[in-house]
Amino acid sequence: MIAGPGGRAAAGPGGSDLESAARRLAAPGTQRDALGELAGSSDPAVERLLRALKDGALYSWKGRMALLADDGGLTDLAGRPLLEATRQPVQLESGQEAVALEEAHFGRVQRMLERFEVFGKDPAKRQSAAFKLGASGDSSAIPALARALEGETDRNVRVALEDALAKLRLRSPDAEDRLDAVNRLGRRASEAAVPQLQALLATETHPTVRAAARSALEQIDRFVIQRNAVGYLFNGISLAAVLLIMSLGLAVTFGLMGIINMAHGEMLMIGSYTAYVVQEVFHTRFAAYQDYYFFVALPLAFLAAGLVGLVLEWGVIRFLYGRPLETLIVTWGVGMILQQGARLYFGDQTSVNSPTWFRGGVEVLTGLIFPWSRIFIVALALGALGALWVLLNRTYAGLRVRAVMQNRAMASCLGVSTRRVDAVTFALGTALAGVAGCALALIGTVDPEVGKTYIVDSFMVVVLGGVGKLMGTVVAAFCIGLSNKLIEPAIGGTAAAVYAKVAVLVIVIWFLQWRPTGLFAQRGRAVTESA
Amino acid sequence: MSVWSRREFLKGSLVAGTGLAAGVGFPTILAAQSKEPIKVGILHSLSGTMAISEAPIKEVVLMAIGEINKAGGLLGRKVEPVIEDPASNWDLFAEKSKKLLLQDKVATVFGCWTSVSRKSVLPVFEKNNGLLFYPVQYEGEECSKNVIYTGATINQQATPGIDYLMSPEGGGKTKFYLLGSDYVYPRTTNKILRLYLTKVKKVPESAIAEEYTPFHHQDYQTIVGKIKSFSAAGDAAVINTINGDSNVPFFKELANQGVTADKTPTMSFSFAEVELQTLDVKPLVGHLASWNYFMSLKTPENLKWVKAYKEWCRGHNIADKQCVTDDPMMHAYIHVLLWAKAVQKAESTDVDKVLKTLEGLEVPSPVGKYKVDEKNHHTWKPVYIGKIREDGQFDVVWKTKGWVAPEPWSGVTYPGRGCDWSNGGKGSFDVVGGKRVWLSDKS
Repeated sequence: MIAGPGGRAAAGPGGSDLESAARRLAAPGTQRDALGELAGSSDPAVERLLRALKDGALYSWKGRMALLADDGGLTDLAGRPLLEATRQPVQLESGQEAVALEEAHFGRVQRMLERFEVFGKDPAKRQSAAFKLGASGDSSAIPALARALEGETDRNVRVALEDALAKLRLRSPDAEDRLDAVNRLGRRASEAAVPQLQALLATETHPTVRAAARSALEQIDRFVIQRNAVGYLFNGISLAAVLLIMSLGLAVTFGLMGIINMAHGEMLMIGSYTAYVVQEVFHTRFAAYQDYYFFVALPLAFLAAGLVGLVLEWGVIRFLYGRPLETLIVTWGVGMILQQGARLYFGDQTSVNSPTWFRGGVEVLTGLIFPWSRIFIVALALGALGALWVLLNRTYAGLRVRAVMQNRAMASCLGVSTRRVDAVTFALGTALAGVAGCALALIGTVDPEVGKTYIVDSFMVVVLGGVGKLMGTVVAAFCIGLSNKLIEPAIGGTAAAVYAKVAVLVIVIWFLQWRPTGLFAQRGRAVTESA
Repeated sequence: MSVWSRREFLKGSLVAGTGLAAGVGFPTILAAQSKEPIKVGILHSLSGTMAISEAPIKEVVLMAIGEINKAGGLLGRKVEPVIEDPASNWDLFAEKSKKLLLQDKVATVFGCWTSVSRKSVLPVFEKNNGLLFYPVQYEGEECSKNVIYTGATINQQATPGIDYLMSPEGGGKTKFYLLGSDYVYPRTTNKILRLYLTKVKKVPESAIAEEYTPFHHQDYQTIVGKIKSFSAAGDAAVINTINGDSNVPFFKELANQGVTADKTPTMSFSFAEVELQTLDVKPLVGHLASWNYFMSLKTPENLKWVKAYKEWCRGHNIADKQCVTDDPMMHAYIHVLLWAKAVQKAESTDVDKVLKTLEGLEVPSPVGKYKVDEKNHHTWKPVYIGKIREDGQFDVVWKTKGWVAPEPWSGVTYPGRGCDWSNGGKGSFDVVGGKRVWLSDKS
């Protein structure tokens, strides 16, 4: 097919038409007009041409237009490699300049390229492209969006496309059209549309549309407040679950047994590193099952931390029962050894990747997403709590544990091996910490000092709850988590996260002044022995 | 704690005394010593929390020294590195720098990473007239006679980052969420950025949010929620100066709550290729960073340099995965080149003579020519913006046209303040009524 320069076919952008458009793009005087002509197109060849123009990969070669491919060869506008007469691929001569995109048109080309993205393969990209077009305020994108909407099957992308269309229709000359768009945005309660609605309100003269815009804004405002309240509540519950799971183990070792285990944070660290090691092993050995590594890591973390706990009890703690200060210092030392050991072996920072189905979350309300990893931690915390409660209160082993902790001498007289019960109970506490560390690796860091960030919070929860009562730990975790996450947004300013923590600490101190035994009265071996 | 005991102090002054005596008799023993190696100090943490970033710096400095020695050394003498490990402990930095200057009598020191470590060695270098080459980007507001700052000042990293985000290529962002750890670098950077945004870029105060979190902060739920609301209309970007480990929970939370790099990009100034190798990069993909160098730059000089470093790794048991180059490493490499060239030109290792020749000195670097400013002991350099890739490298998406001049005192926070050490200059000055008033004379 041959067409002279400037020749234009009537139907869609065919090869020759594209060639002529490319020529006009190459000439500085006609670049602007040529861009205007290509504006409505959804032809992939046009996209290729524009992208090349933007990236500086559009060249004029022997009188025709050519694109520079990634491999350094030239292709024609349809993407077919250009060959020399010798059938060799064409290479650019050195020193040849690409067609320059004028600075003033850069943004325009960028927007035109975004228009092509709503027809792309990746739904996330389509959604994001739709959003950008809606925010651009460029009404000429309406036909492209409408065409994309017709062929769209993904629900989320459809919503994004409809939102984008509504935002652009706010600028429509037709009042009816504007009213319809305002109502839609109001119904969707889309926070993203607030700037556009405000802009509309500033210029709109039609009374019905004005009223509708005002009520839409109010509707959005109300929704945002309600949504934020739900969000804060979830943040609080999620933090409470994090606190609960990290202090459950301590509730056993410190709460029930009265051992001040300063290496508790390092037990969590062991759990986190177990997750890391299992992940790496899966990565190198069983790459196909990579996503399931976490289910192997969780029980392994339980066993690994429990084993370390058993060794710690056998090697150190059993000699120090009834001497809390010595225990404190010795376990602190053990914690430091574990920290340095981890640093020597693993280096300073490693990371645990969430399995793919833990990434992202579920959108419960427009713009409010509950991350799967946090939902999982809430579930795991409640599950671990339930299991611990059943173990302590509904099994024979639990009965022996309670017997030893409440009255050691009597339990011993009745033939309970207090030594073994001590060892197993302590190991159970550290094993729970290991599970916590494994789960927290999903949302946090894995590094040798990670224990330090956990230990203070854990002790705070157990002490506030009342040493010795499982229920106390649960209630304390929820009190601290919720109050922290409700105070933080209320404070505002540039250091809300800091002040929220300070405020919670002050409340805890004040509470303990008033009730030194914590939320629930103290019971357990510490009391029996000191009494 | 590493406070100097009295005995060590006496020992130190004794050494200083002999040093002085040797200095007096210098010309006579020069000939005898001429074949002795020139000692240079390397003062980077090889253990502790900063080792991850600082240990690779030591490697490139050693590599550069090796190259100099291979080419015949300096002034006919070999260059001999003296390595000290301050173990990420700020007090130890001061102590070790005293040892390097007074006991080893090194000609220069290549060292420090964090601002606090630099601040703690500064008095030692100034008192003993030592020479320190500092490779890392920092918050400015400092201009010592005894330090050559090769890393970026704020206008060579942070403000170009803003320029990019506001440009059509960067998405034409108009709202900015400044988020950082609560210490001097983020606070100073954000103070300057806020003024830059409001005064130069005419961004209204209401379009800027600022927030700090403590070190090792883990729970970013509320802050990410705020960022989400702040950026709902797709016209906002996050400027991130969070330090170290807290970046992991922050970026994980961003990804999990559906804040995408495409809609709300995060521009970071505190992690480069080396740090990215140790993080879970997936939630960071597509976010941005601003540096003066990226390993992925396709210049012939850089390809050659990266190849040389890969070879060095193989010879020194560094795993291939950890064998990456980044901005501070590039600066560390060229500051050895700068020093060597200055020594050659001055035909002496004397600190004052070397400093004099360093003024306006140019060296080739992996990103083209680098130049020391004629006056203020900082360097001229290009600025690049990179987009994080899955493999922990960057796609370069933007660069400044040519060099950006260093501004140790930012023009927006300290209008009229500058720094000049050339021709009898006394460092930082204010211009009052058209005349220079030296800050050192004021106090």
